[in-house]
Amino acid sequence: MTAAIRERLVGAPLPQGLEPFAGVTAHAPHLATRESKYGRKLCKSLEDAIRASGLKNGMTISFHHAFREGDKTINHVVDTLAAMGFRDLTLAPSSLLSCNAPLIEHIRSGVIRRIYTSGMRGKLAEAISNGLMEEPINVHSHGGRVHLIDSGELTLDVAFLAVATADEFGNANAISGRSRCGSLGYAMVDAARARKVVLLTEELVPFPNTPASIRQDQVDLVVKVDQIGDPSKISVGAARITSNPRELLIARLAADVMEHAGWFEDGFSLQTGTGGSATATARFIEHRMVKKGIKAAFALGGITGSIVDLHKKGLIGRILDTQSFDAVAARSLAENPEHWEISTNTYANPTSKGACSDRVDMVILSALEIDLGFNVNVITGSDGVMRGASGGHSDVAAGANLPIVVGPLIRSRIPTVVERCTTVVTPGETIGVLVTDHGIAVNPNRPEVADRLKAAGLPVTTIEDLYARAIALTGKPQPIEFLDKVVGIIRYRDGSVIDVVRQVK
Amino acid sequence: MKLRRSMLFLPGANAAMLSTAYVFKPDTIMFDLEDAVSLREKDAARILVFHALQMPVYRDIETAVRINPLSTPFGLKDLEAVVRAGVDVVRLPKTDTADDVKALETEVERIERDCGREVGSTKLMAAIESASGVVNAVAIATASKRLVGIALAGFDYVMDMQTERGDGAELFYARCAVLHAARFAKIDAFDVVFSDVNDDEGFLKEVDLIRRLGFNGKSLINPRQIDLLHNAFAPTQEEVDYSRRVVAAAEQGERQGLGVVSLNGKMIDAPVIEHARVVLRRADASGVRQ
Repeated sequence: MTAAIRERLVGAPLPQGLEPFAGVTAHAPHLATRESKYGRKLCKSLEDAIRASGLKNGMTISFHHAFREGDKTINHVVDTLAAMGFRDLTLAPSSLLSCNAPLIEHIRSGVIRRIYTSGMRGKLAEAISNGLMEEPINVHSHGGRVHLIDSGELTLDVAFLAVATADEFGNANAISGRSRCGSLGYAMVDAARARKVVLLTEELVPFPNTPASIRQDQVDLVVKVDQIGDPSKISVGAARITSNPRELLIARLAADVMEHAGWFEDGFSLQTGTGGSATATARFIEHRMVKKGIKAAFALGGITGSIVDLHKKGLIGRILDTQSFDAVAARSLAENPEHWEISTNTYANPTSKGACSDRVDMVILSALEIDLGFNVNVITGSDGVMRGASGGHSDVAAGANLPIVVGPLIRSRIPTVVERCTTVVTPGETIGVLVTDHGIAVNPNRPEVADRLKAAGLPVTTIEDLYARAIALTGKPQPIEFLDKVVGIIRYRDGSVIDVVRQVK
Repeated sequence: MKLRRSMLFLPGANAAMLSTAYVFKPDTIMFDLEDAVSLREKDAARILVFHALQMPVYRDIETAVRINPLSTPFGLKDLEAVVRAGVDVVRLPKTDTADDVKALETEVERIERDCGREVGSTKLMAAIESASGVVNAVAIATASKRLVGIALAGFDYVMDMQTERGDGAELFYARCAVLHAARFAKIDAFDVVFSDVNDDEGFLKEVDLIRRLGFNGKSLINPRQIDLLHNAFAPTQEEVDYSRRVVAAAEQGERQGLGVVSLNGKMIDAPVIEHARVVLRRADASGVRQ
């Protein structure tokens, strides 16, 4: 039949570069059989999928971390790659957590050579802070990760993306099935950008699997695995409101700041984060919204049950969810028509064509340390060891109209307000207000905010005063001793280097 | 007049709590050297509290210390330390008779003289924790000019009465006795702790009861209870609005030389006007109930 059609072209000179028709399956060979048409992406095992992906030594593999401490995929895939003899890989997950401690062995043995991540915790972070890796890790923000990919620095060769359900074509989500982590905001970025996309799914469901957070036209291979992650470990107890009086005190002060700083009007927008104080702030802001008779247009970011609760009460119009922090949020994403899943590109990439972080009025942020210049450290602890994540901190701080950092002035006997941060992740010029249990400090570059808060009778002081108070209570800590070796490079969201982390002595 | 709605108890041996608890802004902070401190930590707690009392951050808040009874080996040592450290109020536990207060006063005065502190500047509070204390409440409340208040302590009292904590009926006589003694002596009266810190509803029910009985405030064991208590003690917007109208009508009547005025057809006399002024003062201190 093809030959008959080609006869028609005899004597018709083709323009250079065009090729004659060579048959329906010439460029779509999978259409040749019913089996290949439907099942060409399905792999029998993870090993098969890895072989089919074309992964080679020295390439870059990527993952999402939406299951947080419940993730079973990163360790499983890297274990498998190690067993298959791969070496010198660059590991580029959206973030790493304590559950990734088994990676230490794979770094030692040379399977993993380089790491890009938003953060790390636990034994892995300790080992790397103590000089485990030859090359320093790169720590990026959520938005900054997308920028690094788009700028060409970080090329994702194969993305291994855990999804709760997928069909054989690769339409996938994490709001159906057994192991629901909710939003696939991180994975959506990798699905759109990686050279090969491998889905690891717990359940294969009939075509078409909708809604498709990851679409069939982005996916190369699909493999069914026993378990991708344990959603119960995403955030243990996040839906429960804190009972810690200090966190409640800070949350109430933060809500006071939100009420009086100048953006508390109908149609405002907010991001509250997930810490104890942050979750409680959502509770305290509720009364104030009801009292004033206003509603928020949208809430952004890592979404918890507290935000969903406000949405259900009609106090928040839409939820833009890049990571679901508990089962309530994951269920709401499935059931609530105004609860939207967004990629981290849409969320916070500074060089995307539009980042939601630029549209937020007020955001509640955490801090391990904040210094006299309002610079914030969310990576290294008071011992200099990495124990946190950059996350969306610097992204939303840069975009929001009023970034509010909350935290206790002292943790046990460690001051949070310090003269100079151990590591700078978010530049102080982007931070508006610091709320502690000992009072509020406003960045001197926001005098109008200070005036409004003082007029409302809030306990506004200076950050120098808070620092002095902290030191009066704890004494001045001994400086941490570091070696010269750089173990981590802190990348600002635009890719520039804002600080380095050195090996602890 | 010093407002004493909330007295937050802090275990004296907990350094982290001592150093930062003022951020919760109770009306009075009560460092406890007695029941919240184990025998082997008595000395450590005393030293910690001695230093905490001298921290500049506690200048703006009333400090009190519950010392061990003077009959124990710790009582006098506690007293020596806290009077010298500048405590505002010493709380005497297990006060059974007026003589207990007088014995304490004698020692306080001696220590004040010894350390050069102004004599009379250390105030006292007596905790009534037994049938004897309740029966002697009037004598106790009037035993010393230094007394700023008497407090009922429920746990030991119900033990002494051979009963247990229940719906409040078991405390009814004691509450009324302590309250009348305090009002007779023109000092403050404080109610017992509510120990289930997770039961906000039960706590608020008890607060409502003791507020209506006439107590000035309550001992607290968790900072979370402070705002609940202060809010419950604040007058409602309705009460404030009505009180403003009463005071305005009274002032107008005074200008017009009328002895008795009426508001919305209701007679307003001196007690009503005085009550309205009390409500407005309370609103100034506690805000309006949310």
